[in-house]
Amino acid sequence: MKEPLWKTLTPGSVILEPGSSAKFKTGSWRSMRPRWIEENCIQCLFCWIYCPDMSVIVEDGKRKDFNYDYCKGCGICALECPGKKGNKAIVMEKEGG
Amino acid sequence: MTTIPLRLKEISRQEDRFAYGHRMCAGCGAPIVVKQVLMATDYPVIASNATGCLEVSSCISEYTAWKIPWIHSAFENAAATISGVEAMYRSLVRQGRIDDRQVKFIAFGGDGGTYDIGFQSLSGAMERGHDMLYICYDNEAYMNTGIQRSSATPFGANTTTCPAGDVIPGKPQNRKDLTKIMAAHNIPYAAQASPGHWMDLMKKVRKAFEIKGPKFINIIAPCNRGWRSRTDDAIMLSKLAVDTCYWPLYEIENGVTRITVRPREKKPVTDFLKGQGRFKHMFAPGNEWMIERAQEYVDREWERLQKEAACWAEDEEKTE
Amino acid sequence: MGKIVAVTGNEAVAESLRQVNPDVCAAYPITPATDLMQRFSSFISDGKVDTEMVLVESEHSAMSACIGAAAAGGRVATATSSQGLALMWEMLFIAAGDRLPIVMPVVNRALSAPLNIHGDHSDTMGARDSGWIQLYSETAQEAYDNAIQAFRIGEHPDIRLPVMVCMDGFIVSHSIERVEYLEDAEVRNFVGEYMPVNPLLDIDNPKSYGPLILTDLYHEYKRAQHEVMTRVKNVVLEVAADFEKLSGRKYGLFETYRLDDAEIAIVILNSAAGTTKDVVDSYRSKGIKAGLLKPRMFRPFPYEEVAAALSHLKAIAVLDRADSFGGYGPLFSEICGAVMSMDGKPPMINRIYGLGGRDYMPNQAEKVLDELVGIAETGKVHTLKDYIGLRE
Repeated sequence: MKEPLWKTLTPGSVILEPGSSAKFKTGSWRSMRPRWIEENCIQCLFCWIYCPDMSVIVEDGKRKDFNYDYCKGCGICALECPGKKGNKAIVMEKEGG
Repeated sequence: MTTIPLRLKEISRQEDRFAYGHRMCAGCGAPIVVKQVLMATDYPVIASNATGCLEVSSCISEYTAWKIPWIHSAFENAAATISGVEAMYRSLVRQGRIDDRQVKFIAFGGDGGTYDIGFQSLSGAMERGHDMLYICYDNEAYMNTGIQRSSATPFGANTTTCPAGDVIPGKPQNRKDLTKIMAAHNIPYAAQASPGHWMDLMKKVRKAFEIKGPKFINIIAPCNRGWRSRTDDAIMLSKLAVDTCYWPLYEIENGVTRITVRPREKKPVTDFLKGQGRFKHMFAPGNEWMIERAQEYVDREWERLQKEAACWAEDEEKTE
Repeated sequence: MGKIVAVTGNEAVAESLRQVNPDVCAAYPITPATDLMQRFSSFISDGKVDTEMVLVESEHSAMSACIGAAAAGGRVATATSSQGLALMWEMLFIAAGDRLPIVMPVVNRALSAPLNIHGDHSDTMGARDSGWIQLYSETAQEAYDNAIQAFRIGEHPDIRLPVMVCMDGFIVSHSIERVEYLEDAEVRNFVGEYMPVNPLLDIDNPKSYGPLILTDLYHEYKRAQHEVMTRVKNVVLEVAADFEKLSGRKYGLFETYRLDDAEIAIVILNSAAGTTKDVVDSYRSKGIKAGLLKPRMFRPFPYEEVAAALSHLKAIAVLDRADSFGGYGPLFSEICGAVMSMDGKPPMINRIYGLGGRDYMPNQAEKVLDELVGIAETGKVHTLKDYIGLRE
């Protein structure tokens, strides 16, 4: 017989798996979508340090694309992006547009 | 001691200690603050968290965004809770039952949980001298319950409990200067920071972790829902708060005040206010006095801070 | 074998804490529990314990710090009374919900208003639904013994719950009685080494304490919490059996006094049970078959066992030293719950006594027993709830 749900819970509602929020994808919250334009990127990483959702992928000190599984589309990265010669490396576009 | 150079290229090589998948609103300032605070150090960290936006959105059902040991117990007691954790750590280390791994203790609280309901617990923990860092992410109202005024809400702001009406135009009082109140506890370190100035913020966290005893850092954390602003402007506003001297960046270390970031040119406070719907009524005809009063307050406090800092700077010159 | 001493209840419980040697205590002074933590503080100042003392700025912070310390992964104790317990109220539920075995002697005292510093049970009765185990103590000896057993009960791997050890303010906390102490080594052996469960200080395996749990699982967590309480009874008895081997003193879920062949009985908690026993004796010598039942474990409440012990009675008086305004006394409500399942329920009355430290005198017990004699004869209850010991 299957154990009732309440018997399977961790005592004291303690959560034992650190960072398990990764299982909860917030990308579907997005109405606007950031697009990274690599040629305009000066690798300042401001987008990375200011992203509230840890959705800018940086590998070995180098910026890669967005993690759209979690990006909520707030647009902070695009606003803060200094770009190159006046051309932004991140632009916001309508999701699904 | 944390030795990774404070360059984004270097810092970004560390693993996040606060994970994605948290449920803070798009563009919230609080997770930026948490990320920068935790990224500033490579010491092991244990945190407590007051009930509030950050807490309910970061640890819900079986999902936690925290990759460090973390405890939330209630609203008004993040400082008391972490002081218990810290006391247990000291006890077990002293008894030789666990190794001293130079664990650092942080309490996170919003302005409601820090300026208001958690004020007593914070004051007590600071006075007792626990080796802890209290981080207030200050979004200037009770955002979690729906934008009610707190003692951190600035003069004039429109909130759901001090709405800008025909008779009372928003919050009638100035905000409480909590950073100074904490400094008045004569703790070794109290500071103000802004996520827009990430390097200054991280330097302060690093400095705090090298100091034994109670530390307090008050960090402005824009909330686009409560400030009635855009989802992309949290960093812009947190920079404008500094540039207008509305939220000066300074530290008080062992009683010595130092301004850590001086705006090149002090901008009018309206530059900070105008992008926010909560101050919209202050720009309506007939309410010019409100803008004037807000500017006077900023000017007065900025003058005072500069005098304090100058007084210490002169002292240093004399002794040299 | 330990030594025999003449000490107050507070002194005896402070001694038990010294012997247990908790890792952290966080406390705030309040009459009449102040003296307990004061004495314990002197053990710290004199280096007699390893405890880290956190002298907080309120009882709310005391319990908050205890919660932090217990979650960190060590043995934790505190003590309080009355308003202090009331201020902790919010945190009591959190300590229990987080399953943290904190031990807290509570020196029972009345609640304001009006302000009163003397003994009654309003404080701990107000906390009865907080999820804490509650043990009540008639004497300083019982308080000492219960405090030591409380650590074993609360920390038991099947339980992991906080425990309150209740004793009457001033009457027990400040009166000198004969108490037998165990040896330090015996106590330390008895409580054993603290075994942490999911400690926060295990920094290599980070845990999150205190999530937000909404409609999806809250109900299930509360169901699980009740289940733990159902296991407490057996653990209390198991620990009591071990304690008896060590001390020769016998404890159960409740104490019965001349109850087996009794026809009428008084159910009463804590120190007033002592006075009542004397009166029971004098009625017995008059040929009246009186008896007494004194609950020790009030939470969880041992309904079935209490019902079995009371089932043969012709009339029962439940005496409450706490009130529920507009309701019955809390102990009475529990006894009603216990006898509910019996066939041929005995008639019962509820008498409120001793609020705010009003002396409970033998003549009050006599009056109650006299009334019970009448009820036993007629089967008729005139006034179900009433107050005794009121000034004319």
